Amino acid sequence: MATDMQTSSSASADRRKLVRSGLRRRHMNEQIFRAFGIAAIALALGFVALLFVDVFRKGIPAFIQSNVHLSVTYDPAVIDVGPAPARADFGSEAEYNAASLKWQRDLALLNWNTIVEASLRKSVPAGYEISSRELLAIPETNARHALREKFVQDPSLLGQTVEVDVLASANTANWVKGNIDRSLGDAQQQLSAPTRGLIDIFEENGTITNGFAWSIFTNVDSRSAPASAGLLGAFVGTLWMMLIVVVLAVPIGVAAAIYLEEFAPKSRLTDLIEVNINNLAAVPSIVFGLLGAAVFINWFHLPISAPLVGGLVLTLMTLPTIIIATRGALMGVSPALRQAALGMGASKTQMVFHHVLPVTFPSILTATILGVAHALGETAPLLLIGMKAFVASVPATPLDQAAALPVQIYLWQGNENRNFFEPRTAAAIMVLLGVMILLNGVAIYLRSRLEKRA
Amino acid sequence: MDMLAGKVKKTSQNLDSAMNPTDVLDRPIRLTARDVTVHYGAKQALHGISIDIPDRAVTAFIGPSGCGKSTFLRCINRMNDTIEGAKVGGTIKLDGEDIYDPSLDVVELRARIGMVFQKPNPFPKSIYDNVAYGPRIHGLARNKTDLDEIVVSSLRKAGLFEEVKDRLNEPGTGLSGGQQQRLCIARAIAVGPEVILMDEPCSALDPIATAVIEELIDELRENYTIVIVTHSMQQAARVSQRTAFFHLGNLIEQGQTEDIFTNPVNKQTQDYIMGRIG
Repeated sequence: MATDMQTSSSASADRRKLVRSGLRRRHMNEQIFRAFGIAAIALALGFVALLFVDVFRKGIPAFIQSNVHLSVTYDPAVIDVGPAPARADFGSEAEYNAASLKWQRDLALLNWNTIVEASLRKSVPAGYEISSRELLAIPETNARHALREKFVQDPSLLGQTVEVDVLASANTANWVKGNIDRSLGDAQQQLSAPTRGLIDIFEENGTITNGFAWSIFTNVDSRSAPASAGLLGAFVGTLWMMLIVVVLAVPIGVAAAIYLEEFAPKSRLTDLIEVNINNLAAVPSIVFGLLGAAVFINWFHLPISAPLVGGLVLTLMTLPTIIIATRGALMGVSPALRQAALGMGASKTQMVFHHVLPVTFPSILTATILGVAHALGETAPLLLIGMKAFVASVPATPLDQAAALPVQIYLWQGNENRNFFEPRTAAAIMVLLGVMILLNGVAIYLRSRLEKRA
Repeated sequence: MDMLAGKVKKTSQNLDSAMNPTDVLDRPIRLTARDVTVHYGAKQALHGISIDIPDRAVTAFIGPSGCGKSTFLRCINRMNDTIEGAKVGGTIKLDGEDIYDPSLDVVELRARIGMVFQKPNPFPKSIYDNVAYGPRIHGLARNKTDLDEIVVSSLRKAGLFEEVKDRLNEPGTGLSGGQQQRLCIARAIAVGPEVILMDEPCSALDPIATAVIEELIDELRENYTIVIVTHSMQQAARVSQRTAFFHLGNLIEQGQTEDIFTNPVNKQTQDYIMGRIG
């Protein structure tokens, strides 16, 4: 008996030893796995941080614009087109409009650059030698339009002197912000030596000042006056497309998912449809662009470069994502809830709409917003339906030509004035990221709110 | 096949004995099932079940796990319709009306035959809305006052009103397990069913909540025909007037609860009650 107990106790000691010898290895494996996980997270976060730091470092300077302060005299000697026509002098609206247009055309034919130059010369120190061309390189080329526009609005300015801020040219901004190496020789500089010298003087005497670049948000794209290039057109174009995606993809996607998941008989056909939808989600987006070009433009003859076509293409691209996510959410609803509803005598439709959908609504909403956010950043399919065209207008309807935010980034990225457009591209990326973060924030907010309520 | 026929025969023998006047409660028969079979795909889950269920009494289905008692219960309000690949044969009649008649609307049937499930499954809505849901979809209340009345009386009948009267607008999922199950009973009562099916209604509850529900079942028997599936033989003995013993998809024996527990005819029933199988 005693020996039995001894052997059993020594056997249990052996067992404990065996377990203990393995323990170290088991703990080590756990440590290794944890270290691996932490490293993976650190690496991922590191890349995200790198992206943000890089984009912000480059993009933030683009939100500062250089302005040239002008003391503009609307010289009657230059503006010799006669008084603006008044409505009272004309019998009909048409006659007045014709006269008014003629007056504006006459104004447009004037050499407004002489007025810009005269205004600039007021700030040039006495004795500083500079040619007209060199002087006019300082303000952006659209300064003359700005002055003319001001005069058209208020013809009583004739003979008066007003203080106006106009945009400095992209090259001036480069020089002011130090985007260009000042030690380079004349042959490698965009601006001549007298111009560069004068810009420095202007900065000192307060003719050139820096301010927040609202123009990025209020202007459309521009090539002749690159310093005034803004995102408004692309932003509105993107907005139209997202509207179309939300209006089309959400109801169609959710309805398809509900039918497939809740009502469709399980057959070979529905299996096939399911496999196809899953595959569609993995189709490269550029293929959707090709499809859009072939179907919507060549077949339906919808306008090229229009947000309607872009929206339709992005809808096709987003649909599988929304269908898959919605089906996943519906599948996750507990059978108990379904049985409770059916057991109460609810019809299948009532079960789905009274009980299943409300429970899955937060997930469907999140999936939808993430799908839309994905579509928001999509570039490749838009290039194929002509949205890479230069469009300098705000689309008033989804049928107008328009740019889109990601495509605008792509276009600016390729602009030849690298020194000026590199920061501006980064700024556009910041705006796009901002919109995406906003959308994700809305998704998270709505989700937590709805889940609390449920 | 011979074995199967033998079993069916045996069942009908039991049925004959059930028809014996000394054995039957003084209640008319509400539900009649004849030769009910259920196939899940190729697998047969029920082999020719025939049983009569009396009005305003509690009938308990007992038997080991997987014996088909829940499957048969779910045939009575056609919940098996919702299961992919389930095929039901035979006839089940409610007041002489075949419930599997294609012209019969299953939605109407489920309003007449309510169900309470194993796990309390209140809707993720307020207590009020849980009870009001049935009357709303079936259009039973003419106005808000009507609906209020139905909700309150249903909660009263389920013995829950006093506990929740001050928080009718709070979510039903916030109640305790036992309260949730009574809420589900109130919800089932609210549409005024004739039959209430209960699928192991206490299996997820603690002994005290179970006792409350059992007491409730005993009260409800006055007005409703109740069929209860239970794992617990003690529960069957406590709440039911009639008991049916299922084993491996067959109805082995049925009769008055007292007889089944004290004097089972069949060897298998005896073994189960003595705790030798299951």
